[in-house]
Amino acid sequence: MERSLRISPSPHIKDAESVTRIMYMVVLALIPAGVWGVYIFGTQALWVIVVSILAAMGSEFLFAKMMKRPVRVFDGSAVITGILLAYNVPAEVPLWLPAIGAVVGVGIGKMTFGGLGYNPLNPALVGRAFLMASWPASMTIFKTAPAGLSLSGIDVVTSATPLNVFKASREILANSGAHTAEEVTQATQTISELYNANAALFFGKVGGCIGETSVLLLLIGAVFLMYKRVIGWKIPFSYIGTVIILTWIFGGTEGLFSGNPLFHILSGGLILGAFFMATDMVTSPVTFKGRIIFGIGCGVLTVVIRLWGGYPEGVSYSILLMNLTTPLLDRFTKPTPFGGKE
Amino acid sequence: MFRKKSFRGGAHPHDEKRWSADMAIQEMPLPGTVIIPVQQHIGAPADIIVEKGDAVKKGQPLTKTSKFVSVPVHASISGTVAAVEKRPHPFGTDLTSIVIESDGNDAWAAEPVMNPDYLSLGTDKMVQIIGEAGIAGMGGAAFPSHVKLSPPADKPVDTLILNGVECEPYLTSDYRLMLERPDDILAGLQIIMKILGLTKAFIGIEANKPRAIALLREKCAEKKNIAIVPLAVKYPQGAEKQLIKAVSGRSVPSGGLPMDVGCLVHNVGTAAAIYEAVAMGKPLIERIVSVTGPGVRKPRNIKARIGTPFADLIEFCGGYTQKAAKVINGGPMMGIAQTTIAVPVIKGTSGILVLDERTAAGSDELPCISCARCVDVCPMNLLPNHIAAFIEHNRVEDAQKMGLFDCMECSTCSFICPAKRNLVHYIKLGKALWNEAQKKTG
Repeated sequence: MERSLRISPSPHIKDAESVTRIMYMVVLALIPAGVWGVYIFGTQALWVIVVSILAAMGSEFLFAKMMKRPVRVFDGSAVITGILLAYNVPAEVPLWLPAIGAVVGVGIGKMTFGGLGYNPLNPALVGRAFLMASWPASMTIFKTAPAGLSLSGIDVVTSATPLNVFKASREILANSGAHTAEEVTQATQTISELYNANAALFFGKVGGCIGETSVLLLLIGAVFLMYKRVIGWKIPFSYIGTVIILTWIFGGTEGLFSGNPLFHILSGGLILGAFFMATDMVTSPVTFKGRIIFGIGCGVLTVVIRLWGGYPEGVSYSILLMNLTTPLLDRFTKPTPFGGKE
Repeated sequence: MFRKKSFRGGAHPHDEKRWSADMAIQEMPLPGTVIIPVQQHIGAPADIIVEKGDAVKKGQPLTKTSKFVSVPVHASISGTVAAVEKRPHPFGTDLTSIVIESDGNDAWAAEPVMNPDYLSLGTDKMVQIIGEAGIAGMGGAAFPSHVKLSPPADKPVDTLILNGVECEPYLTSDYRLMLERPDDILAGLQIIMKILGLTKAFIGIEANKPRAIALLREKCAEKKNIAIVPLAVKYPQGAEKQLIKAVSGRSVPSGGLPMDVGCLVHNVGTAAAIYEAVAMGKPLIERIVSVTGPGVRKPRNIKARIGTPFADLIEFCGGYTQKAAKVINGGPMMGIAQTTIAVPVIKGTSGILVLDERTAAGSDELPCISCARCVDVCPMNLLPNHIAAFIEHNRVEDAQKMGLFDCMECSTCSFICPAKRNLVHYIKLGKALWNEAQKKTG
């Protein structure tokens, strides 16, 4: 009855969860928001998503081959990068744009650092930052009016996102001396309209990037990931909480504590960023305190860029900047071992 | 059902107790040959006092020791010493062992006799008996029990905890012992309390053993000084520091011992063995072993003589199933995979787990994706991912600063890792590299 036995170090049983399963759960969680994007922006949005995913997977394959590394095109991580990149561009960009973004994001942002697990920055955001810097016009002009409802009275031709409109109006109010009385009245009215558009913002009946519009559908995906313990609460909650507090204090047009935090949570890419990009495991801290600080840092930077910076939206750059602090945050927030001195 | 106490971290592997939980303890037929390794405990080795060709009787000591942190081994059958040589040991190396061939008589050197007056033996005498009986912690670590029962004067013990947690999946030997011999366990507990001069004790049991909890509660209904504490079903609830934390709320300091916080932990099996030694003069020559898992035909809980080859126990359980692929000394989380089933049952063998191809199959390591699951589950509050990465890059000193030696190698991090990284394996390697470097530098 002697037979050759298998030998391995303990433990001899393993949890069923795997990297690939985690990745495809994220993909699954992202699908509802993408379906909505295709519904309101049309089939053009679908092509952007498809091209972006294929380019991400293709560059993963090519770079792995070139670098003689194991090819893991189907581990799901390239698919996520492709989806996130597509979700962060307007629907009417030329199709070569997401393709280039995906090649830069996956190829340079991830594979040159050694592939999944070794990239310091979120690959999708690297791709997006590259596109923003290289083709700012294509990346910020939202020509397509969302199907169905749009925000009444707002020019949907050149500046369709609520954050663009908000920023422009706020600047007029902050500098009212330089504008006519009519312009000031118009701006006041616009902001109050935006503040009353919570329902449209929540359900996603507004312009914007392909995957960022519907807060409801993004939250459904986020709740699923939290339930499955793929993402935790620490980063998204501390991120969004910080945005709420800071926009309430500084975001208003009538002095301190007159802001409307709800508008800031519901518009732009905050929900997409906080739940799906800031939580990227590879590029965020592993410690409890580190994650909280990471989230707060993302929140502070987002509000600074939105209220005082050159762009209407600051989610991507905030997360990228905070990605760079991850190793330091981990080092400075190392937990005290059990039984150690506090 | 119960208010459950616990600790921070931990994971929830399937408990897999179903294979053998309902199998009453069965006594193995007398083995033809036993292989008794001289070293079965943590501590100094003992000197061999028999030679090849000697006739030995059951219960006769085979080794003798003058060191305090050491225990002797005893003949577990009567017969002839066939060899004193190196034989495969469950810890993975060949170690000097005394091989005894049975004469079929199973005759005692000195038959155990019940001493009705055993509680009036002096405490020093009791400790001496426990040491001479060769009792070493039966939960797996096998630290000499009499040493634990002699705390230094400056570290008084005020809290005694019996460990009936059995948090390793599959294993059911402590569970069966609690169900079938609760009086022996409680009598052993009483002896330990007498030695330490304690008036109060706890028995910690994982809440997935409601029958054992109910039975021991019933037995202790009159004894107000023994509290049965149901604990959350979570691995590694039975680890010493985690058990102490859950039961008493105290944290054993990093690098310290339970007695630093006035605590002492003994396994329930050890308590039963202490009772047999003190009350009847019976040395430790047998123990309960769960032979279980999808790789054996009839999983069972067996009372086996120390030194019985694994092969005999597996045979007694109907042999391997078609798909048996891996044999483990102990449980699936911390147990050691065996290259051969010629290895014997030793004092710390709580189970022989036979896994099949599907359960035992390993998978390739992928790069860490920093998901921090290992950080979340680490009961010692370490960063296993970072420690392992340092060791992988030969930066043992950095790993040491991250708490390398706080790790108790419970394997929860490796279990939970979605990239299937052998984190604990790196950590064990790191400890070995560190110790080697320390030796070199003197």
